Amino acid sequence: MNNTGSVTVLQKYPRKRLNQRSQTLMALAFGSIFLVAITVIGTMVGDIAITTNFTQKNFLPQMAHPFGTDWLGRDMLARTLKGMSISIYIGLFASVISAVIAGILGAAAATLGKKVDAVITWFIDLVMGIPHLLLLILISYAIGRGTFGVVVAVAISHWPVLTRIIRGEILQLKESNYIKIAGKLGQSKMKIIVKHMIPHVFPQFLVGLVLLFPHAILHEAALTFLGFGLPPEQPGIGIILSESMKYLSLGMWWLALFPGMVLMTAVLLFDLVGGSLRKMIDPHSAQE
Amino acid sequence: MSCMNNKYILQIKNLSVSFTQYEKGLRKIDLKVIRNLNVSVGEGELVAVVGSSGSGKSLLAHAILGILPQNCDAEGNIWFEDELLSPKRIEELRGKKIVLVPQSVTYLDPLEKVGRQVRKEQNEENVHKKQEELFDFYKLSPNTADLYPFELSGGMARRVLLTTAMMESPRLIIADEPTPGLHLEAAKKAMSHFREFADKGNGVLLITHDVELALEVADRIAVFYAGTTVEEAPVSDFQSVDTLRHPYTKALWRALPQNGFHPFPGKQPYAKDMPNGCPFGPRCSQLTPECEGSIQEQLIRFGRVRCIHAK
Amino acid sequence: MLEAKGISFGYKKGINILDQFQIRIESHERVGIVAPSGFGKTTLCQILSGYIKPASGQVLLDGEDLHRIQGYCPVQMIWQHPEKAVNPRLRMKSIIEEGDQIEERIIDGLGIERDWLNRFPGELSGGEMQRFCIARALGKRTKFLIADEISTMLDLITQSQIWNFLLAEVTERKIGLIVVTHSHSLMERIATRQVVLDTRI
Repeated sequence: MNNTGSVTVLQKYPRKRLNQRSQTLMALAFGSIFLVAITVIGTMVGDIAITTNFTQKNFLPQMAHPFGTDWLGRDMLARTLKGMSISIYIGLFASVISAVIAGILGAAAATLGKKVDAVITWFIDLVMGIPHLLLLILISYAIGRGTFGVVVAVAISHWPVLTRIIRGEILQLKESNYIKIAGKLGQSKMKIIVKHMIPHVFPQFLVGLVLLFPHAILHEAALTFLGFGLPPEQPGIGIILSESMKYLSLGMWWLALFPGMVLMTAVLLFDLVGGSLRKMIDPHSAQE
Repeated sequence: MSCMNNKYILQIKNLSVSFTQYEKGLRKIDLKVIRNLNVSVGEGELVAVVGSSGSGKSLLAHAILGILPQNCDAEGNIWFEDELLSPKRIEELRGKKIVLVPQSVTYLDPLEKVGRQVRKEQNEENVHKKQEELFDFYKLSPNTADLYPFELSGGMARRVLLTTAMMESPRLIIADEPTPGLHLEAAKKAMSHFREFADKGNGVLLITHDVELALEVADRIAVFYAGTTVEEAPVSDFQSVDTLRHPYTKALWRALPQNGFHPFPGKQPYAKDMPNGCPFGPRCSQLTPECEGSIQEQLIRFGRVRCIHAK
Repeated sequence: MLEAKGISFGYKKGINILDQFQIRIESHERVGIVAPSGFGKTTLCQILSGYIKPASGQVLLDGEDLHRIQGYCPVQMIWQHPEKAVNPRLRMKSIIEEGDQIEERIIDGLGIERDWLNRFPGELSGGEMQRFCIARALGKRTKFLIADEISTMLDLITQSQIWNFLLAEVTERKIGLIVVTHSHSLMERIATRQVVLDTRI
């Protein structure tokens, strides 16, 4: 027999210095810290952001003003951070409301029988059928512009996706063998909900909530940019962007570029945080 | 049929496969799921690897085919028709000379018609012809080709998987648990195609947990315990407990419902807390200090066994 | 006594996999149900243990309609796939607590090791998990046990460990047993009577 004595290596697992799970955790931590930092700093720089200084207006980005200054001599970095933090607060508020609506409606659709399910599913289809921005404008316009209008509009228009997920999860859970078995073992409905259902659905709910953030922020900004959202006294990132439009033709590119990039970064970071959270929770990808 | 004098189609020596897994948060551990496994298939032979489910025996199939999950390390010598295989060569032979018949229809693409899948999307006339011949051979009516996988019955699906495997005229079939939950009669019928294939001078490696089925259809049985093959014996040796060699095989034999249904205390060790030396040691009545050393495979009466006390 | 009268059931309209099926099982009996795959054995098991309501007919436990029984169901089914029968997020300890006062004797008898109780299902093998599922079904108030291919995926030694204990237990406690298995030798060993299902049209 042709026994060579040596052993052939058939497969070698390319070990990364940082494994996937650590990477996910790092992404989660990095994203969260960054976003919290923006929010906290943005809240604290309130005064600098509205301090006008006519000796320093229309400055290009430089050491003292990394994002430049605007036509009233306000520091754009401070304004951007302040604006971003306002947007994040509003996004937070709106997505929490939206997620709560989704949680209640999703659970109701899955548990309260066919008729309730049909009605809720119809509403989901209705809201999802209308173009997002159009719906936002309509609601915000109907309620009256301003912070309240934006929050309501974003909250009302963002619940359907998460509602669907929660409804689907609960329906699937109800059909799972272990829940049916628990029923036959004489466990009460309440016990099954507390012991089996909530621990399963809550993490999904949390991930859904975080993933609602970027949408809420982006839509708030879009709504405000179009003039249907926040009032100028509440300088959200949308206001900053829409005001800077007037000065773009004067060559003041930095007024739009940096706030725009910060908005984009924040949105992508929220998406990263939500995605990482899902990866950590989801058992299918937990071993990757 | 013992084929000690015949040519080997497949020979595996010292195959080891280990997994990298996460345990509690970020700690990573290496699990050696297969250790120093030896098994061989001769021309005209149907060899069954028998072991409990979840014991990692499917990884054996995946290792031979080079389709292990990414987080695996694998080493060992595999000879195919006297050629020592490199990972690259395994990839070339896979699906051509060495084919897998998987567990279930879920391996078929649910959105594509069966015929197209069997032809692997090739449209040449000879491919069509071969597919039609094979359908005819396995008693699948020609219009089966136009069905989608969900429209197949269990038996038809198994035959479709088989035709898919046969398209490239393979020499070795690896069948991973091909008859789950079938009655012995039905399973034997399903296995008759493998038997026919082997009888033409080819080889079949059947991986199963079903000892009774293996006893019915195989020429030789390799008993898989805690990541290795503890015994490889001609099927005729299973007629009596006295002709068997390894204490675990004997325990298996006695646990058969028709042979007394005797339970045996203890359980297979986990890959992460494997004992030194013989993996069966802690459960064995013949345990001696030597059993904790390295256990070489010995050849006894046309069978191989990994036990220093075997006679 | 567990009795099924005129059971019909089908998943598709017009095609009944069970048609006017009758069965009577006394509590000292061990009945094997024999049929080729796809003949609705699992469906029958689920009907007999109250998981599925038949399209027509009744399942009676000592004369009482099984579907009317609230709370603990005295007819307990053990499923083929233990990994689907346990909540992956719970420790085995709280999974087994759902059963009806499971005695230590049962846990030991099935070869469940104490440190398994603190593990999650994903950390156990199928055979180990199935022992828990069997223990869970052997609660105080269980009168009938339905075993649907419970040892199909287990190795022979685990199979004989589990069945030897289970047979002794049902005999001692006078629990009626209904068994589905594709292994003839196992069926011969276990069942005192066999019923052939051949209702498919």
